[in-house]
Order: sequence, then structure tokens, then C-alpha cells
Amino acid sequence: MIEVNGVSKMFGAFPAISDISFRVEPGEILGFLGPNGAGKSTTMKIITGFMPPTDGNVTIAGYDIVTDSLEARKHIGYLPETVPLYTDMTIKDYLEYMGRLRGMSRDYINQRISEVIDICNLGDYYSTIISKLSKGFRQRVGIAQAILHEPDVLVLDEPTIGIDPIQVVETRQLIKNLGGEHTLIVSTHILPEVSQICERVIIIHEGQIIAEDTPENLAQRLVGSERVDLDVKGPQQDVLVALGQVEGVREAVRLEGQPGSVPRYRVQSELGIEIRAELASTVINSGWGLLRLDGVIMSLEEIFLRLTTEDELIQQVDPTQEDASAE
Amino acid sequence: MNTFTVAWKEIKGYFSTPAAYIVGAMFLSLTGIFFVFDVTSPFAEASVRGIVNWASFFIVFLAPLLTMRLLAEEQKLGTLELLMTAPVRDWEVVLGKYIASLIMFSATIILTLYYVLLLYVFGQPDTGPVLSSYLGLMLHGAAALAVGLLGSSLSANQIVAAVVGIAVLLMLSFVDRVGSLVSGVAADVLNGLSLNAHVTDFTRGVIDTANVVYFLSITAVFLFLTIRSMETRRWR
Repeated sequence: MIEVNGVSKMFGAFPAISDISFRVEPGEILGFLGPNGAGKSTTMKIITGFMPPTDGNVTIAGYDIVTDSLEARKHIGYLPETVPLYTDMTIKDYLEYMGRLRGMSRDYINQRISEVIDICNLGDYYSTIISKLSKGFRQRVGIAQAILHEPDVLVLDEPTIGIDPIQVVETRQLIKNLGGEHTLIVSTHILPEVSQICERVIIIHEGQIIAEDTPENLAQRLVGSERVDLDVKGPQQDVLVALGQVEGVREAVRLEGQPGSVPRYRVQSELGIEIRAELASTVINSGWGLLRLDGVIMSLEEIFLRLTTEDELIQQVDPTQEDASAE
Repeated sequence: MNTFTVAWKEIKGYFSTPAAYIVGAMFLSLTGIFFVFDVTSPFAEASVRGIVNWASFFIVFLAPLLTMRLLAEEQKLGTLELLMTAPVRDWEVVLGKYIASLIMFSATIILTLYYVLLLYVFGQPDTGPVLSSYLGLMLHGAAALAVGLLGSSLSANQIVAAVVGIAVLLMLSFVDRVGSLVSGVAADVLNGLSLNAHVTDFTRGVIDTANVVYFLSITAVFLFLTIRSMETRRWR
């Protein structure tokens, strides 16, 4: 549904994004994750045809966004980062205008307006001037506008930015419900959002894609540097030494715990080696009490931090990136 | 179709916000004052020449004030991104906005017909020059609005947009003064460019094709520049 091929964008001599390629299948929700300034908004502006890419091409539903721009734009609903609203219009007038611009018939517009007003929970504010609405409601009007013409592709740039926590939850649910009917790209720099909403994640950093997978797989790929937490009843020094000697263990440390509680240890292992059985038998064979043992899968948040702060780990995650970054 | 959608929205915008009313009222009171001076002066003649000359001068300010919001506000609100990603061509947006400003301008000019009515009630003005003067006024306004619209496309700030428009119009209006200082081809070119030099014939009752073509060309050139200016927004 969306195909992005080798897209680059230069602002003067500064590359905002370089050589980005990905596909989004019909009905899929793709998360676009990256810190501020990573190139998320630039990519979205190129996908929606607001800016032409310096290099590469984008096709939406088979239409090139530059050469077949009008046709491609008909398939897109777009919520830019700053919600684009005519603040002196009422919600109804605004939606009508947007529908007209997209070539919808009067009947179809009226039918869709009542539908999107339901979907976005705007019923009570139908004829309120937009400048009087709170940030959260404006965001919803922005989404209503984007889905009004039932586009195949929805591009939402930071849809939950700057709204209060309760509304964030509602908005996320709203977006999630939009999947299936629409093909979605949602950009965000908030991690939990991605794992809640998206089926697949692209992590972008300094204008390049550094990882692409499902939220679960992404978490598992880093389980390479797996961590295991154990509660062991026994002499602390001996336990630490014994754990450190298990094959494949990189490091064993004692975690700060409640005074008087059973000491907890965290063991970091080499990539992809299963050490839990070995750890357990070591403890038991030494005659200590093993009270708890669990593998800790890293949260996406940690992966993200690693991905965007440590070059070494980036290369571990995706060896092909080594070549790309060396260029 | 899209052009008219945009135009209709802007016309509603003009009539639902006070700014256009204030600008229109200012224009009418200024031209009204000079109309009074004109008809109460000794040896006053029953003609619209004086009032049209003043109106032409005030168009330099009226037009940019009418157009300043049209594209600048879209940039400020971020709605430009919406317009440019909707299945609408850039020229449809520019033309729609231009038509709206032209209608608003015409509405203001129509109100000045009150002065003409007074002339007919209290005197016998020559109808020919009255008609040609108003044709000139409309053509002049059409060109000035295109200049103003270009100003509005250049900035997200309405004040900047208006000042740019006024500055360009003042220069275009008075280049013939510079033209009178030089001679030869340079003088011809400068006179040929001047807005004022092309207005005078109309007030005398002369409709010269060259003048009509001049105003239409200025309109076309500045609308074209506005469309290009919108396109380059994409590249920035």
C-alpha cells in the first residue's frame, strides 16, 4: 500500500533523512519511532507529498507521490504534527470544507461527518468554534479530518503529543481501532505508545532506519544480551563467584534490595546462550537455596535507548547497518 | 471546482471577520473625504476623475490589506500542509484566494458608486469617462490584489505580507517619476512599467488596449509568481 524506496532529503548540505526504504502492507499499523529530530516528520511530509524527496521515490496505492501526485493524495489522510485547523471555523464547517476539497459529494460529506463525529467523540462540540476547543479536542478534530474521506492510507504525525493522559489513552484506542480498515503510519517518540498501537516498528535515528520489526521481536532480538535475575539464599561472595563462573556469563552483580530480604543477583550473558538451567544447577549443587529465577526481557524502552545511544549495539542488532554507516 | 471551494471559504471568511470591514470602511471614509473636498472646491466639475485618482492611490494600501491574510495565515496555522497534501493543485488554491479578494474588492468599489449617484443627482457628469474610470479602477485593483497575494505567499506574518505588497505597489506606482528624470529607452521602460501612468487615460474617458493589456499582464505575472512561490514552499 505504501512503498518507500531509497528516499533521501537534504536541507542544504544537511541530510535530514538518507536512503530510507520500507513497505507498509494494507491494513497494517506501522510505528515510526525515533527521538526528536530523527527525521520522522520529514519522512511523513515526503510520504504525504508535502515535500518532494531529494532522492528516491514513494508510491501510495501504486501512484507515485511526485509524478502522480493528485491521484496519490486522494488515498491519503494526514494529520501533521501541528494540527492544521482553521481556528475561526466551527467543527462542522471545517469538516465540510475539507470534504469539499477532497471532491466528496454533499450527501457523502454529511453522512461521513456524522460518522467521524461519532468515532472521534465530538458530538457535543459539533458547532463550536475551533479556537474555543482544548488541545485534546483539537487533536480529535485533526483525526476526524484525516479519516473523513475514508482514505486507504492514514499518516499520523505524533498524534498524542501535548494532550492529557486520559485523552492519550482514548486517542490510542481510537487509532488502534482505525487499523484494519486503513493502512496506518504513526510516528511517535513515546515508546509505550508503539507497543500498544503498532504491529510493526521502524526505529529511525539521525535520518536512518536502524531497526525494523514487530515490538515483540525487537525485544527478543536484544535478548541476545539476556539478563537473568535470581534470588539466592547463601553466602554472597561465594554466590557471586560461582555465578560468574558459569559458562557464557559476562557479569554477575548483586542488586540493591530491601535490607534483610533475600539477596538478588542479576546475571548478564553472552548473546543467544541459554544459561538458566546451568545457573539453577550451579546454585542447587552448591547447596544454596534458589528462591526465584527469571529471565528478564528488555522493554522496548531499553532497546530504544540502546539503539539510539550505543553504536556497538546497533551493529549487533543489524549487521547490515555496519556497512551503511561506514559509507 | 476546487478553485470555487477555496474562493467560497475565503469569501465567507471575509464577511465573518471584522478585518475586511475595517479596511473597507477606512477606504470608503478616505475616498469620501476627498470626494467632499473635490466637489466643494471652486470651479468643481461633475466628474469622477478626482475621486478615481484618489481611489487609485488608496488601492496601494487597500489591496495588500485585503490579501495579507489569505496565504500568510495558512502558513501560520499549518493548514498549508493540509491544502498541499489534499488533492488540490497549487494554482487552484492561489486562484481561489485571488477570486475571493477580487470579489471583496469589487464590493468595496461598488459602495463608492454612491458618490457617482450624488454627481448624477446634482449635476450632469459625462457618462463615458465615468464608465471608463471604473473599468480602470477595477483593472488597477485586479493587478494590485495579485501583487498583494504574492506578498502574502512570502511570509507567515500578515504584517510582513502587507508591507511587502504595499512596498512593491508604491514602487510600481511611482516608477514613472524616475522615468521623467531619464530619457530614451530607459524612460520608456520605466513609464511602461508604472501603474499610475496607465491609470490616467481611463479617467479621461480613453480605453486604450495597451493599458488594458498592461493591467492584465501585471495580474497574470504576479499570480504566476505567487503560484511559483507556493511551489517553492515545498522545497524549503
